[in-house]
Amino acid sequence: MAKSYVPRTSGQMARRVVEDIHDGAYVNLGIGRPMLVANHLPPDKEIILHSENGVLGMGEIAVGDDADPDYVNAGKQSILLRKGAALFHHADSFSMIRGGHIDICILGAFQVSERGDLANWRTLDEAAIPAVGGAMDLAKGAKQVFIMMEHLTKDGQSKLVKSCSYPLTAMGVVKRVYTDLATLEIGDNGFRLVDKVAGLSHNELESISGLTIQET
Amino acid sequence: MDKTISSFAEAVEDVHDGASVMISGFGGAGLPAHLIEAVLEAGVKELTIISNNAGSKGLGIAKLVKAGRVRKVVCSFPRQPGSDEFDQMYRKGKLELELVPQGTLAERIRAGGAGIGGFFTPTGVGTELTAGKEIRTINGLDQVLEYGLTADFALIKGNLADRWGNLTYRGTARNFGPVMATAARCTIAQVSHVLPLGDISPEHVVTPGIFVDRVVVSGR
Repeated sequence: MAKSYVPRTSGQMARRVVEDIHDGAYVNLGIGRPMLVANHLPPDKEIILHSENGVLGMGEIAVGDDADPDYVNAGKQSILLRKGAALFHHADSFSMIRGGHIDICILGAFQVSERGDLANWRTLDEAAIPAVGGAMDLAKGAKQVFIMMEHLTKDGQSKLVKSCSYPLTAMGVVKRVYTDLATLEIGDNGFRLVDKVAGLSHNELESISGLTIQET
Repeated sequence: MDKTISSFAEAVEDVHDGASVMISGFGGAGLPAHLIEAVLEAGVKELTIISNNAGSKGLGIAKLVKAGRVRKVVCSFPRQPGSDEFDQMYRKGKLELELVPQGTLAERIRAGGAGIGGFFTPTGVGTELTAGKEIRTINGLDQVLEYGLTADFALIKGNLADRWGNLTYRGTARNFGPVMATAARCTIAQVSHVLPLGDISPEHVVTPGIFVDRVVVSGR
């Protein structure tokens, strides 16, 4: 049966996240899909991007002759700096993160629970090499944690869960989740719908998610 | 006082078997590749490497790992595209990994360099990385006890230096260099240029020379 709705593209997800970032915000973008947000910053807001490896005022991805191996982002891609940018060492960078100076961090996730628990650093695959990077510091330290992810895994499992089965990154930290199907807020009573794609009914969203979701 | 040394081999000649070695860098940015090469050529083994990554694409720390010179890695992100050398050694059980959240790693090094024994941080509470560690509730927040980290040697990459060891850095190649410089018994800096005393403005010195023992020029 044909779906009655069209999921958001990655670009649409990024633009949806950007709507909720205020002018003057200091924002950290996690590796992967959240980095797309950098391509969709609106000209009418001044949003300062932080990179964990020591940059405030990160600009666009650098290409060609502009790419300089001494200027990289958290994903080790070459970057440009904006006018007004600042460089600093790692301990200062994580003082900004852990010290509550970053307004919003946008991370990817394997699972988000209805209590706001986040699992995004390793799966249960014992053969995989564990690596954590700055995820635990960001999840715990930023004033607000936004998650940007596909609603379902590749094999159709909901990434919104009652309780995370993957190892946790941090407990009770996620405030908002932006997926290709919906935007959800997490409060004392679990997930609450903020918006969803056209043509997707509330019942259908709950059924896909395997969870009760409070109405808008 | 002149801390400049003319060869990389001489700069690392007292790095010994079993030494703990901090290595600056975030991926390739800030990685002191010539110093790592010199340590490899010196043939020392059983090293403990403290660094954000564990090397990739056969470069930098990956060379030491591949050559079987590394006993233990303390880092936040060993897995990355091309980290085959680390992956293989780890899976064979030939390498011990102490995985540390990146901010905790930076702060442990800063604490070590500042003479601080330990500190409480909220990062990692409730996760497997802090299992079994002491937790205290401070200002209403659960925090975990982490210890300061020091090393026998720090190998770092600066940009400009002078003969007193004052350093500047370039771009995001700064990353762990300034904190690692403070936390090792002997800090060795690979730099692009050495300038006469006074040519680096005191306002622009990032790492004061007191933290640096040796300076070797690599050029750009």
